[in-house]
Amino acid sequence: MRHYFTIFSHEVRTLLYSPSTYIAAVFFLGVMGFFFSNILEAYSKAPQETPPAVVFFQVFWFPVLFMVPLLTMKTIADERRQGTLETLLTTPVNTAEVVLGKFSAAYLFYLLLWGSTLGFHYLLQLYARDSRFLDPAPLLGGYLFIAVSGLLFIAIGIFASSMTRSQPVAGIFTVVLLILVILGPRYLGEISALNTGVLRPVKGALDSLQIFTHVEDFTHGIIDTRQLFYYLTGSALALLFSILGVEAKLLNG
Amino acid sequence: MAEIPDITIEVSHLVKTYGALTAVNDLSFSVKRGEIVGLLGPNGAGKSTTMRILTGYLPANSGSVRICGHPVASEPEATKRHVGYMPENNPLPDDMRVSEYLWFRGRLKEMPRARLRARIDEVLELCDLKRNRHRILGRLSKGNKQRVGIAEAILAEPAVIIMDEPTIGLDPHQIIIVRDLIASLRGRMSVIISSHILPEIEATCDRVLIINGGRIVAQGSPAELRHEIFGSTSYRVELAGETANLAAQLKGIDSALTVAALGDCAADGFCTATLVTASAADLGEQLLAALPALGYRVRSLGRTQPSLEDVFLAATRRSWDARLPDKPVNGDARAPLPKF
Repeated sequence: MRHYFTIFSHEVRTLLYSPSTYIAAVFFLGVMGFFFSNILEAYSKAPQETPPAVVFFQVFWFPVLFMVPLLTMKTIADERRQGTLETLLTTPVNTAEVVLGKFSAAYLFYLLLWGSTLGFHYLLQLYARDSRFLDPAPLLGGYLFIAVSGLLFIAIGIFASSMTRSQPVAGIFTVVLLILVILGPRYLGEISALNTGVLRPVKGALDSLQIFTHVEDFTHGIIDTRQLFYYLTGSALALLFSILGVEAKLLNG
Repeated sequence: MAEIPDITIEVSHLVKTYGALTAVNDLSFSVKRGEIVGLLGPNGAGKSTTMRILTGYLPANSGSVRICGHPVASEPEATKRHVGYMPENNPLPDDMRVSEYLWFRGRLKEMPRARLRARIDEVLELCDLKRNRHRILGRLSKGNKQRVGIAEAILAEPAVIIMDEPTIGLDPHQIIIVRDLIASLRGRMSVIISSHILPEIEATCDRVLIINGGRIVAQGSPAELRHEIFGSTSYRVELAGETANLAAQLKGIDSALTVAALGDCAADGFCTATLVTASAADLGEQLLAALPALGYRVRSLGRTQPSLEDVFLAATRRSWDARLPDKPVNGDARAPLPKF
């Protein structure tokens, strides 16, 4: 792992120089700002049952769908296209270091972008001058959810990028996989045939894969180890497949 | 770095297939420390594949490669420390500056920071890149990019340097610079370069491996190759006199000397004759002494060297020849071969 930090700092540098990072950041902050002000407007009109922070994190999937591909599609696909993957892998670096270095850099940016939305809550607090608006518990749970689920989302993006040499293909593949992971269990869970007989356990499994349930649990302060386990093993699996993906491409030319 | 053995690269019975295509077919050779070896072959002969296997980037199907005594397949990280590699077309990240790129590569090659700082200055000086050290790689000219690639390959002072077509796309002036740069590594590092630019190889390499269809079809120094492939030396002489029994008279000079061709005589009485001998000794002086003694007037005498190009064409053709099926065509033993 001695090259991990070399690759990590190189990747951070590349992301800092890459326009797609800034596109992702601008889009992300714009969209989240829009959501946040909409939520506040709704709250100013009528009293609501849930705290605003909970609703804020409910829309996590929308920015994830465009932000994750923008941060990750370049990582391995572009190196492969340019041929720099070849020079990279002929140094005493192993594939795991390359994949982990790239993953950590993208994850760092993901966290930084989400971290910048803390500013929204700070601004609200600043102008409302009412400590009730800054409810730290759901915020803490919400950001913990973002940090944990981000591992899986970014790992999926890295995996998609390791499959192809074309950035657009990697990006679209990432979006498709993310939709499957985020929205898939929700729609599959609605199939009524699952409620009967032997398929009941399948329904149970699908229910525990519901990321929307996870976000609700986290923001309500329930931290379920099963959910943590899901994100940690899911991201480990995706990274493992990325390493295998890079190596398999070498084997088959 | 650990001490480097005398044989830095040992390749034995290497085979690499891509699906049904056999790119490298039972290749064996070795390279000594400090030797510059040229891999020569037509497109698709397996040069790049061989080099990629040597660097540990591609796995081979069978056979073994040892770099400085370590097998590439089982100890890739040990062998990669000894190898500096410049791939075909020399891919570089477009958005980095020259010195940043070299720093990044040096760190990947496990060079300590203090050593690396000094070494970057050294290689920039060596490759004449001092003025470009802060420029962005994507904006460099082709020649400068190529030099960055070479600087990167020699950065960690590896025992083995592998360069895939280092002079492709350069102008003649830059080719000479790159060639001198490679020649300056002689004796310190083993260098393998591939090319299909023959004068290139001839000028820099101690030894040439000609590869075709994944096999070595000829190897040796350029001079040895000429002798091996053609097995004869020819002289071109312009002389005037009675040429009717020239052939018989030549036997008196050297028993193996024959007249291969005798051109028509020009108006001034001088004819051009091509003399061929199998003997390796240089007969130039003897010819110059003997021909006037036999009553000829000699205007010029030259030893014609088959160029490496001829050697290459002959060797690669010979290998195709060897692979043709032995099917009699109209009573002929073989299908007609392309003419030499």
